Amino acid sequence: MKRRLLLLLLPVCFLALALFFYQGLSLDPSQRDSALMARDFPTFEASTLRDENRRVDQTLLEGEVTLVNVWGEWCPACKQEMPQLLELADNDIRMVGVNYRDTREKGMQFLSEFGDPFEVNIFDPEGELGFDLGVYGAPETFLVDADGVIRYHHKGYVSPQDVRERILPEVEKWR
Amino acid sequence: MALMRTMAALLLLVIAFGAAAGGIELREFDDPVMEKRYHDLTASMRCPLCENQAINDSDAPISADMRERVYQLLQDGQSDIEIINHMVQRFGEYILYNPRLESRTYLLWGLPIALVLLGAMVVVLMIRARRNASAKALSAEERQRIDALTNRKGSS
Repeated sequence: MKRRLLLLLLPVCFLALALFFYQGLSLDPSQRDSALMARDFPTFEASTLRDENRRVDQTLLEGEVTLVNVWGEWCPACKQEMPQLLELADNDIRMVGVNYRDTREKGMQFLSEFGDPFEVNIFDPEGELGFDLGVYGAPETFLVDADGVIRYHHKGYVSPQDVRERILPEVEKWR
Repeated sequence: MALMRTMAALLLLVIAFGAAAGGIELREFDDPVMEKRYHDLTASMRCPLCENQAINDSDAPISADMRERVYQLLQDGQSDIEIINHMVQRFGEYILYNPRLESRTYLLWGLPIALVLLGAMVVVLMIRARRNASAKALSAEERQRIDALTNRKGSS
């Protein structure tokens, strides 16, 4: 009897592991959390897109819950999510853009064509701030709380559904 | 037909060369040790975008940025561990092909060892059980009973 139980142990282990790994197969590796979650927004020093003489740094993001959107004129999904970002700005959410790997000319043209929900845009032509944010493809959106800590990260296109079901609740949570 | 085939082969060759030239940049190193470290480091990090390519093997812009950063940090005299930490801080543990041993990865590293131990334990227990069963001598009573069952004629 005891030996039979012992023999049963192996298939049971096998089944448990198979289930565990099978579950792992259905996970989406692109849905992983940002490494910067719950950490301070990285320090930076840059000019703004509209005014090359205006210098901004990480203190720009302190004092109020802010959505930081990383975008570039070259990025098609950024154009598609602009209506959603404009809606968020209409909801009195402070929006700051990071113009990522772009030129001033093209960036400004983008904003005049697709609308400008941003209070200010950090100009990041070399992608240095983007690198420190762990951005590996625009668009990406970060929620930064009033203390300058990153609280939520959205990778890729922000759909109207994402706005309702994810972004707005997160903003409320950290306000 | 033969002409077509030659042209197709040529076209493939051109594409292959174009891809090779457009992909990974060549870097000059004065120090062969540093060159080796550069190659090892860029081979040990996963491209965050393409998911199953090392950054030394990937055309993604982010991989080029990461290679450039590894190169710069090497030139700055940073150690391998410092460079790896620098990258993990930004892109997460995900980029490490060899995950580090920490509370979150105990299961990952420990499971194979635990399974081997479990298997060994089962084998040992089974062998011991079998040996006990064969070594156990029959009691006098059992022997009599067997005799009774097998030599029914003799005893009657």
